[in-house]
Amino acid sequence: MAMEIGRGAEAILTRDGDVVRKWRLPKSYRLKELDERLRAERTVMEARIMAEARRAGVPTPIIRDLSRFELVMEYIDGKKLRDIITPELSERVGELVGRLHRAGIVHGDLTTSNMLLKDNRIYLIDFGLAYHDQSIEAQGVDVHVYFQTLRSTHDDADILIESFMRGYRRAYKRADAVLARVEEIRSRGRYL
Amino acid sequence: MYVLGIEGTAWNLSAAIVNEDDVIIERAATYTPARGGIHPREAAQHHSEHIGPLLRGVLRSARDLGIKIDGVAFSQGPGLGPCLRTVATAARVLSLKLRVPLVGVNHCIAHIEIGKWKTGAKDPAVLYVSGGNSQVLALRRGRYRIFGETLDISVGNMLDKFARSVGLPHPGGPRIEELARKAKGYVPLPYTVKGMDFSFSGLATAATEAARRYDLADVCYSLQETAFAMLVEVTERAMAHAEKEEAMLVGGVGANKRLGEMLRLMCEERGARFYLPERRFMGDNGSMIAYTGLVMLKSGVSTPLESSGVRPNYRTDEVEVRWA
Repeated sequence: MAMEIGRGAEAILTRDGDVVRKWRLPKSYRLKELDERLRAERTVMEARIMAEARRAGVPTPIIRDLSRFELVMEYIDGKKLRDIITPELSERVGELVGRLHRAGIVHGDLTTSNMLLKDNRIYLIDFGLAYHDQSIEAQGVDVHVYFQTLRSTHDDADILIESFMRGYRRAYKRADAVLARVEEIRSRGRYL
Repeated sequence: MYVLGIEGTAWNLSAAIVNEDDVIIERAATYTPARGGIHPREAAQHHSEHIGPLLRGVLRSARDLGIKIDGVAFSQGPGLGPCLRTVATAARVLSLKLRVPLVGVNHCIAHIEIGKWKTGAKDPAVLYVSGGNSQVLALRRGRYRIFGETLDISVGNMLDKFARSVGLPHPGGPRIEELARKAKGYVPLPYTVKGMDFSFSGLATAATEAARRYDLADVCYSLQETAFAMLVEVTERAMAHAEKEEAMLVGGVGANKRLGEMLRLMCEERGARFYLPERRFMGDNGSMIAYTGLVMLKSGVSTPLESSGVRPNYRTDEVEVRWA
């Protein structure tokens, strides 16, 4: 029995036993040709980036199947970091994000709801907004999103941010440049 | 309460008087470049030549109607420095002469506030698109936050650039829209959305290239379809992220019918409401500055002379929204 487990601006997620199906919704405001091109490109891109991330040492759900507008992947029965985050976990998130950035991948939506803990492993999920980018700016925005999530949902955000930085610096040699840019992005007043 | 407002951040110099209910008087003097796009120094020159007669005219009409002005509002930024200075100087003089408070208004926020006033939108995600700006904004924790914006040039600037490269007159938007209606086919062009941001400079170049090989009407059509889909996609993401049930379109490029139609379709699909202000309140106008000045003054905000300097890079989230 398939059950809807999530609906975003872009896709519907249904759980079907031990797999999750992510189907990208058509948008009637877009020209059909453009709409289908984007949905197909993004479905392939998401699968490819998830596989790349895993090779770079970042746990992600395994892709089981792929069709034109639909991704079928392993269901991760874990707890959202949003509900259980600690400084230790945030430090490990820093390490994972460092590996991701080292591999030239920007996640695009690094909220604590997109991180699951299962069997003492942290999985990053929802690569729907992920893209390839090596720039300090893009990586800075990525980290900025994570910090903003911590600030808006957790009381001890400062400690969690510091722990993240420790892990991030350990995994990524350009970390200092990125973290300096995060400060600048914040002072520019960007909100995500 | 009657507030006089002066707008002059770029091409349009406009002064208006509003009260809580309506726009009472509005007059404008528009700078039209002889050729090509806006030249900042020429625009400033235009404004300083016209601002005296423009304000005298508005004040005369006010006197004829028996209106007593309670405050002077001016667009403090963002915008072209030399243009902003002309407007700010006039506003300071007027506020001293009339012995009424002065209030510096953020130009982008003024677009949003007049839109809400005129359409009845309560708490929308706002797509603000013009020659100088392309942003998606929404009110969150007392400030208009920028959820997405262009990484390079504004959509209006992109349309103008493309128009110039294929020999269409400035401003390019209306001519491109007209030609797009005659199109017969779609030409694929690069679509660039990164997270919540969009980029237009690559699209302008690709469209110019395409115009060498394909029918111009088809390229205009494809350019609009691609660029507007990017804007609508980010607006939808902002609505989902900020949990807004309304969307509103403001700014000069908002006059484009196809863009409005796409936003309306997106909103229908999500069960959200879409608001589109009348055309005269869409582009830069004095009424939006006067009205925003009015709501600011009523909430107790005014700008002392020493903080009335112009702010060419004034960001919306620097302003604490005490009136919403």
